Amino acid sequence: MNETSSLLDIRDIAKNFGSVVALRAAALNVRAGEVHALMGANGAGKSTLVKILTGVFSADAGEIILDGKTRSFRSPAEARQAGIVSVYQDPALVPDLTVAQNLRLAKVPLSETVRWLTELGVDDLDLKAFIRDIPYPILRLIDLARALASEPRLLLLDEITAALSADLAEKVFAMVRRRREQGHSVIFISHRMAEVSAICDRATVLRDGITVGVTDAAPGSQERIVTLMLGTEIAKAIPKAARATHARVSSSVAPALEVRSLRCGHLLQDVSLSVHPGEVLGVAALEGQGQEELFHCIAGVRRFDDGAILAQGKPLRLRHPADAISAGLVLVPANRLQALLQQRSIRENVALPMFRRLSAWGPVAMKAERARVESAVSRLQIDTRAESELRRLSGGNQQKVVIARWLASGFKTLLCFDPTRGIDVGTKRQIYALVRELAAAGSAVLLFTSELAEIPLACDRAIVLFGGRVVDEMPASEADEATLLRAAHGLAARSEAAA
Amino acid sequence: MSATMVGAPAPFRRFVGRHLAWVGMPALLILALAFTALIHPEFGSFDVQSLALGALPLAMAAAAQAVVVLSGGIDLSVGSLMAVSNVLAASTMQHASFTQSLLLAALILIAGALQGAANGIIVVISRIPDVVVTLTTGFIWGGVALLILEKPGGGAPPEFLDLAAGNLLSPWLPNALILLVVAVALIWLPVRRSRLGLLIYAVGSDRIAAFRSGVGIDSTRILAYIVGGLFSALGGLALTMTTGIGAPLAGTYYTLSSVAAIVIGGVRLTGGRGGMVGPVIAAVLLTLIPTDLIFLNIDPNYGQVIQGTLIVFVVMIGGFVAVLQSRK
Repeated sequence: MNETSSLLDIRDIAKNFGSVVALRAAALNVRAGEVHALMGANGAGKSTLVKILTGVFSADAGEIILDGKTRSFRSPAEARQAGIVSVYQDPALVPDLTVAQNLRLAKVPLSETVRWLTELGVDDLDLKAFIRDIPYPILRLIDLARALASEPRLLLLDEITAALSADLAEKVFAMVRRRREQGHSVIFISHRMAEVSAICDRATVLRDGITVGVTDAAPGSQERIVTLMLGTEIAKAIPKAARATHARVSSSVAPALEVRSLRCGHLLQDVSLSVHPGEVLGVAALEGQGQEELFHCIAGVRRFDDGAILAQGKPLRLRHPADAISAGLVLVPANRLQALLQQRSIRENVALPMFRRLSAWGPVAMKAERARVESAVSRLQIDTRAESELRRLSGGNQQKVVIARWLASGFKTLLCFDPTRGIDVGTKRQIYALVRELAAAGSAVLLFTSELAEIPLACDRAIVLFGGRVVDEMPASEADEATLLRAAHGLAARSEAAA
Repeated sequence: MSATMVGAPAPFRRFVGRHLAWVGMPALLILALAFTALIHPEFGSFDVQSLALGALPLAMAAAAQAVVVLSGGIDLSVGSLMAVSNVLAASTMQHASFTQSLLLAALILIAGALQGAANGIIVVISRIPDVVVTLTTGFIWGGVALLILEKPGGGAPPEFLDLAAGNLLSPWLPNALILLVVAVALIWLPVRRSRLGLLIYAVGSDRIAAFRSGVGIDSTRILAYIVGGLFSALGGLALTMTTGIGAPLAGTYYTLSSVAAIVIGGVRLTGGRGGMVGPVIAAVLLTLIPTDLIFLNIDPNYGQVIQGTLIVFVVMIGGFVAVLQSRK
């Protein structure tokens, strides 16, 4: 019935990346003069859909109908000509050009952009300043003003309020409302449920690459959106059997890892946590809530701006991953390519961080090395048929090699950052069983996983990050997916449950 | 960085920061010339002339390298492209009239642009790293140069040579210097002032951001290689003018020296930052080093050692400054 007033109609979009299915059947309908929210948990396919709509990727199947005409965009420039402009999470501004040059680059009128910037609350911007000298929140507003200056009919805002102060965010909302009054449309992507219900008309919810529902976005419909994001079958089934008997944590022992008021960049604002020996602490968060910075800081990959990291009660100076490793903090990254030498053998990969201990100089003590590597490999049941070249192992086995190397060289705290990303269910279970086993043997584990349902399976306790801060903490028994999802969207989950 | 500091550094600092090449490099050149005059009191118009002659081919090579590196690439075939254009000129102009040789020069410039285009197209289409592609094409063109002229020889009409070797206006203002300024300005200024210049800097600075701003990455990179090929061909013609002959192996020196000149001249090796004034003046400085060594009675072969040390230092200081800034 709304066919006539719909500006954009996307139907049955599918997109595969190799064997990974990003979108199965995505649909999205945006009316003229509507602010439409696009919602979904991690990996639901939001960003893929946005990139198809703006011409970054092309769809494998399905159609995009704009103004009643079937379209497909081969580049961002083509989408822009059709009136679809996106403001990405990382600003599309060239760092070594000035503000004015960037505007010329995108063929956007200067005066219009300045007018929009003033409206967005930035009125003292030096157009001759280089982008690289300008702080991140202002860059996002420049990007937004530039998008607005090209008078788009459909504006896509991807997490636009992240890193914006409250008053600037309010200016952005006012702008969005005015766009609606003028009959333009906005697609609004945000993890902040409160924002969505405040400014959006309707919401489309994606789950596992499928559009599972379109709903009213008014404040009362938050529960419905959460239910749609969760799906029906997941909420009921948490296989208790998979959970090991969780070790009891005595608070008298110094925590294996303690983080105090950590701040880093614009995403990690203020995080404190502690993990005791024998404990698995889960970290739940949607994309870009500071979890990556948190893990990188603890692992010594990135320097933090403020706060402290302590191991066994002692403050650490982390200038290099080697500092973290020697303090017993070891990282298992999501991207196994970052940790492993793909062309080399399992043995060499496992032995790599041990070289320091076995022999600082001179030849490698091959015998001692082999004994340790073999015990670690057999303990983890790594499939060694393809041991001569790591890249021939499956993702799950590669991840086990990463854990095996730390097992062989010894550690106190394991930092797992989304260790099961892109791994099959069977191996996933093995990895979580392994994590539990390591904890039972006295290790501390800090575990982030993008799949919230996995947290109660593997953890003793969970914290939820939102906007770079810890917003909730709960024992694993209460950390079901619905509770975590609510908290991760900035909803007061526990108080609601109590009420 | 405070929230109120939406702009950038103070105006003076920004001026110096932005025009370091305009302020610093000429100052460095004047210092070097003063030093030369000090160790060689007879320093006169003849020395100015030979310096300009010596620097002309390298300055062109530096200009070629600068354009490509600014766009985020690198061209390791600069020397071979110069050699091809050098031997083409020397073998075809030997018995030509002045007008004919000018016509031939124009054709050679077109050939250079085409060679540059070939580099760019292969880099863009094959997705093979530019270092590998240009090293390989450089190898091929080096062979072609040897096919055209087996050993040093050939020549060009004296009027053609005088385009660089003479001094029309004053003995203190040799033609080579005028040719250098005019040629670089004629090619670079229109590029820099047009949309192409903006595109080259944008693509060299951040390819993804440029793509999302609607910039055609591939076409920009090819165009940068074309401008680079044009400058390389000019460098080859300059070699013909300054040496009077064609030498198939003369180009090899210029590939690495062109990289040295742009690094010393303030072009960032990863692209997007730098200009044309710095590399050209750096080319003159690099030419001055062996001369000064002779005046100081030091084996001029140390020139290469000094040149290499300078590159390491400049790159190291650049990296050090970047680290310091990121810690702020």
